[in-house]
Amino acid sequence: MDDIIVRFENVTKQYDNDPPVLTDISFELERGKFYTLLGPSGCGKTTILRLIAGFTEPTMGKIYLSGQDVSSVPASKRQVNTVFQDYALFPHLNVYENVAFGLRVKRMDRPTIDAKVREALRFVNLIGLENRGVAGLSGGQQQRVAIARALVNEPQVLLLDEPLSALDLKLRAEMQYELRELQQRLGITFVFVTHDQEEALALSDEVFVLNNGVIQQRGTPIDIYDEPVNRFVADFIGESNIVPAVMVADGLVEFLGRRFECVDGGFRPDEPAEVVIRPEDLEVTTVEQGKVQVRVDSLLFRGVHYEICCYDDDGNEWLVHSTKRVKVGDRIGLYFDPDDIHVMRIGETEAEFDRRLESYATQGGVADGVQIA
Amino acid sequence: MESRSRNLYLIPYGLWIVVFVVAPLILVFYYSMLDINGKWTLANYTRFFTPVYLKMAIKSFWYALLITAVSLVVAYPAALAISRTRHKQLWLLLTVLPSWINLLLKAYAFIGLFSAHGPVNAMLAALGVGPRQIMFTDFSFLFVAVYIFVPFMILPIFNSIEEISPSLIAAAHDMGASEWVTLRRVIFPLTANGVKSGCRAVFIPALSLFMITRLIAGNRIITLGTAIEQHFLVTQDWGMGSTIAVFLVIAMGLIMALTDGTGSGHVGRERRV
Repeated sequence: MDDIIVRFENVTKQYDNDPPVLTDISFELERGKFYTLLGPSGCGKTTILRLIAGFTEPTMGKIYLSGQDVSSVPASKRQVNTVFQDYALFPHLNVYENVAFGLRVKRMDRPTIDAKVREALRFVNLIGLENRGVAGLSGGQQQRVAIARALVNEPQVLLLDEPLSALDLKLRAEMQYELRELQQRLGITFVFVTHDQEEALALSDEVFVLNNGVIQQRGTPIDIYDEPVNRFVADFIGESNIVPAVMVADGLVEFLGRRFECVDGGFRPDEPAEVVIRPEDLEVTTVEQGKVQVRVDSLLFRGVHYEICCYDDDGNEWLVHSTKRVKVGDRIGLYFDPDDIHVMRIGETEAEFDRRLESYATQGGVADGVQIA
Repeated sequence: MESRSRNLYLIPYGLWIVVFVVAPLILVFYYSMLDINGKWTLANYTRFFTPVYLKMAIKSFWYALLITAVSLVVAYPAALAISRTRHKQLWLLLTVLPSWINLLLKAYAFIGLFSAHGPVNAMLAALGVGPRQIMFTDFSFLFVAVYIFVPFMILPIFNSIEEISPSLIAAAHDMGASEWVTLRRVIFPLTANGVKSGCRAVFIPALSLFMITRLIAGNRIITLGTAIEQHFLVTQDWGMGSTIAVFLVIAMGLIMALTDGTGSGHVGRERRV
């Protein structure tokens, strides 16, 4: 229990009479982990961050920090710091004073402030820029100042609100490494908000996928990628081929008029479902060897692989990532293994998914490699 | 091509400036070199440095300073309050509205309010502390002047508050700053330019106030503005009046130069309603 740093208990947030931004959200965050809140804009991810920081209060429910109810404690009294999307550096202060702000507010003595500020600046590689104005810094440098300014207060939780969205691609990739490394060096909890699924997968210990104010799925990046609970998650995380299917029995699914062996179960007999196959799990082969026969419609060279867009005879679109070269108009076969197929119940929530998995597992079905929370 | 059409557009304004700004300034300077009989002289300038006029100048500055200071004390909290209301633009409009009404009308209205048998004295009497002499006092002068100038102070301050990104305020709270510390360490410094232009918008016209010195202060307070008016309309000494005007223009120019926004970091754009 001591390991829980942030806890949301049935939190709902609603502004005026608008539909709620968050609906009955409960979760726990552990100490020292890197969490990512992932979702499209307006899904409620930033609201969760603002609730943890204390910039806004929950309409219903309770928020705990280190076991204490902080639902109505103002931001200034919470041991939590934020790196803002626009960095929110004080334009009237130089780099040093920006970082020193929180310490000055806490009325620490000069030598302590000086030592802490220099340590924080060293931490983010900004030594030598102390006296520079913040307006003249590059995006990456401003970002580091913002991180140093937050870290110098020794927060228990660091909140990062899309901090990389303003950076160009290369700098962004660099900062991703730095952030991950920073979090591991510090060992504090990071809560990172982003709409970039690649970023989320690369950085996190655990990802929360949100949509319409509800947590769709939480889990390790691998869980989320390999076992999306519903169409939204499958679609939002990575590229996927989603086809309608019927779950004939445990381990046997029917789509495109044929039956395929699979590793999922716990469905009602002949229950309608959806099948997800990732583009990189499809193998290009001959028409005879393929489990699905398709015609190549277009081809994009992506550097690492070709992105091949094909259509089967029923008109379903198939996206394939392959290093094999094919020509537009070719008829090819696509091969996949039983464990490349992931079958989803239509509209299933995470809780239902977990329950089904558990009952299926206790019935002695094939374990699906999913950790049961 | 582009610069030619731009120059064309500038013609009306250029004409306006020449006829109503440059020419009058030259005329004022020209008249300041003439004595009462129209002869060339520098006596007006030596006269300005006699105690009578110097005292008047100091008094003008003192009252302008006082008016500016009181306006600031009233306007800053008002601007802060307006920026936190739900219907900011409406409240701003309501506070700025009186500045659209003619100055004389407002002055006459105050004469009615402050007179011996006016509503203010009636109220004081009802409270058992009146009636008192309100008209023709320093207090009434200051009060009416502040009333007239306060909108010009509120506007630029309000605009500079509005320009502060909400995330800066959130960041200050995030780092443990209370409301008051946020105000002192973030909002005050970032509104310095608004305060500066507000002070300028009040101090400079306050320096040459003349109408309300007569109507409200009953000529008990003689500022440089009053003196100019008196010389032109009463003593007919246009030369001396112009000399005072020259000094006022110089003073204003100096103030503009000194308060010009070479201040720290944040450059505030001004937005007018």
